[in-house]
Amino acid sequence: MAASTQRVSRYTPQEWRNLRLGLLFVSPWALGFLLFTIYPLLSSLYYSLTRYDLLRPPVFLGAKNYLTLFFDDPHFWNVMYNTIYYVGVSVPFGVGAAFLIANILNSRIVARSFFRSVIYIPSIVPAVASAMVWQFLMNVQYGAINGVLRYFGLPIIPFLSNPGWAKPSLILVAIWAQGAAVVIFLAALQDVPRSLYEAATVDGANIWHKFRNVTIPLTSPIILFNLIMGLIVAFQEFTVPWLLTEGGPMNSTEFYLVHLYRNAFEYLRMGKASALAWILFLIIVVFSLVIFKTSARWVYYGGEK
Amino acid sequence: MTTIASESGTRPVTDYRRDTGHRWQTVLLEIIKYSVLIPLTASFAFPLYWMISSALKVDSQVYTVPPILLPFPIHPVNFIEGWQILPFTRYAVNSVVFYTVPAVAFTVLSSTIVAYGFSRIRWPGRDTIFWLVVMTMMLPWAVTMVPLFITFKWLGWLDTYRPLVVPALFSHPYIVFLLRQFFMTLPEELSDAARIDGASEFGILFRIILPLTKPALAVVALFRFLWAWNDYLGPLIYLRDENRYPLALGIEQLSTRANDVGNFSNGIPYLMAVSTLVALPIIITFFFAQRTFIEGISLTGMKG
Repeated sequence: MAASTQRVSRYTPQEWRNLRLGLLFVSPWALGFLLFTIYPLLSSLYYSLTRYDLLRPPVFLGAKNYLTLFFDDPHFWNVMYNTIYYVGVSVPFGVGAAFLIANILNSRIVARSFFRSVIYIPSIVPAVASAMVWQFLMNVQYGAINGVLRYFGLPIIPFLSNPGWAKPSLILVAIWAQGAAVVIFLAALQDVPRSLYEAATVDGANIWHKFRNVTIPLTSPIILFNLIMGLIVAFQEFTVPWLLTEGGPMNSTEFYLVHLYRNAFEYLRMGKASALAWILFLIIVVFSLVIFKTSARWVYYGGEK
Repeated sequence: MTTIASESGTRPVTDYRRDTGHRWQTVLLEIIKYSVLIPLTASFAFPLYWMISSALKVDSQVYTVPPILLPFPIHPVNFIEGWQILPFTRYAVNSVVFYTVPAVAFTVLSSTIVAYGFSRIRWPGRDTIFWLVVMTMMLPWAVTMVPLFITFKWLGWLDTYRPLVVPALFSHPYIVFLLRQFFMTLPEELSDAARIDGASEFGILFRIILPLTKPALAVVALFRFLWAWNDYLGPLIYLRDENRYPLALGIEQLSTRANDVGNFSNGIPYLMAVSTLVALPIIITFFFAQRTFIEGISLTGMKG
C-alpha cells in the first residue's frame, strides 16, 4: 500500500497541478487530434477495405481495392507516372530556382524589397484567380504568349491542349507561385554570418567557392525543409490542374489528388478513394524518410548535436 | 610614411590595385545579376499585370495579334458589370461572414490557448506530446479528406460552412507551432511574478503574454485569413448550393459561363475583372502588412 502510493505520487503537488493545467490548455488540440486526425485515419483505413458509395452500407472486400489498383488498373499507373513526373520536376526545379533567386536578392542590390515583393505576391494570390489568368495566357487561339509567337511568325505552343506540353505548362505555373520558398531562403541567407565570407575571402576563395563551401552548408537545413514541404504540397496539387486541364488532355495531367477527388466525389467510390489516400500517405512518408536519411550526408547542423 | 598610412585607410582602393581581375569579376557579376533579375521579375509580374490590363479591355481588344499591352480606351465598367453577372456580392458575404471571419477567430483563439499549454506551463510529457503536433503538420490532408466528408455528411453538415469552420475550434498544428515559438522567447520570470501575485494561468495568458505577442498574433491571423480566402478544394467538396458559394467557387462558375459561347460578350474581361477584385484584398493586405508577411513566412523555415 505504502509502496504503491509512493509510485503514484512520483510528482510533487506542484507538478500535478501543472499537469492538470497543461492538459486543460492543450485539450482543444487533443480533442481535435482524436476527432479530425486519428479517427479519420483509422476509418479511412477501414473504408479502404470496402466498397462504399454513401448510399448503401459499406461492403467489406479485404485488400481487393489495393490489389485492383496495383495489378488490374493501368489508369492508376498512368496517374502515378503523371504525379511522379510532376513532383520530380517541379520540386527540384522549384526549390533550385527559389534558392538561386534568393541568392541574387541576398547580394548587394538596389530595391531588394521591391524585387522580393514582386516574386512573393504570386504565391499568395488565390489559386483560382491565377488559374484563370494562366488559362487565358496559355490559350492556343487568343493567349498572349501565342499571340506574340504568331505575330513573329513562329510556331504556336499548345500549352494546355497537347499531352506533351500540359505537364511542363503546369510545372511552370507551380514554379511561378514559389515565392514563399524564396522568402524563407532569403531569411536563412541573411542569417549566415558575414565573418565567414570575409574569412573565406582572406583565404583567397572566389565566388563559387564561397557559394559551395559557405552558403550551401549553412543553409542546408532550410533546403531540406523546403524540399520536404515542396514534396508534400506537390504530391497533393489539385486546384491548378483541376481548373486548367481537368486531368486532360488524354489524362496527361490526371495527377494523384485530381484522380482521388474524381473517384470520391464524382464516382462516389469512397472505398477506392480511401485506398488511394493511404497509398499516397505511405508514398509521402517513404519519400520524406529517404530525404531525411540521406540528409545526414549533406545537411549541416552547426555545432548542435 | 604618412601616405602609406592614409592609403591603407581607404581599403577598397588598395583592393582594386592589388587585384584588377577581382574588380572585373565584380563588374561582370553585377551585369549577370541584373540581367537575370530584371527579366525574371518582369515575368513573375506579367501574369498579374495581364489580369489587370485585360480586365480593362473589351472583346475586340482581347482577340488581337499582337496582343495589346496597354489597352486604350480602357473600360473600368467591366469591374461592375462582371461583378453583377453572378451574385458576387452574396459570394463575398459568404466568404467573409461565414468562412474567413469565424475561421480566423476560432483558429487564433484556440491555437493561442493550446500553444500556451505547450510552452508556458511545464508539465511532464509536454515535449513528447508536442512531437505529435509537429507530426500532424506533415500529415497529408488527402488522407483525412474522404472520412471527414463521410462524417460531416452523416452529421447533416453538407451545404453549410460548418465542416470548414468547426475544426478551427480545435486549433491548427501549424499555427500552434508558430505561436509556441513566440511564447518560448518570453522570459519565464514574467509568468512567475504574476503567479506569485496570485494570477491564474488564463489571466497570465490574456493579460501578460498576449499583449506582448501582438505581432505574432497578427502573423498567424494573416496566414489563416489567406488560407480561408484562397481555399477552393474545401468549399468545392462541401458546398453544392450556389447561394452558399464563396468567391473562389463563384469565379469558377463565371469561367464556365464565359466559356459557353453566346452567353454574353466580354467574357474574358469580366472574368479577369472579377479575378482581380478577389485577389485585391490579398494584395492590398500584403502592401499594408508587408513586414508581418515576410517575418511570418521567414519564421516558417526556422527549426524549433
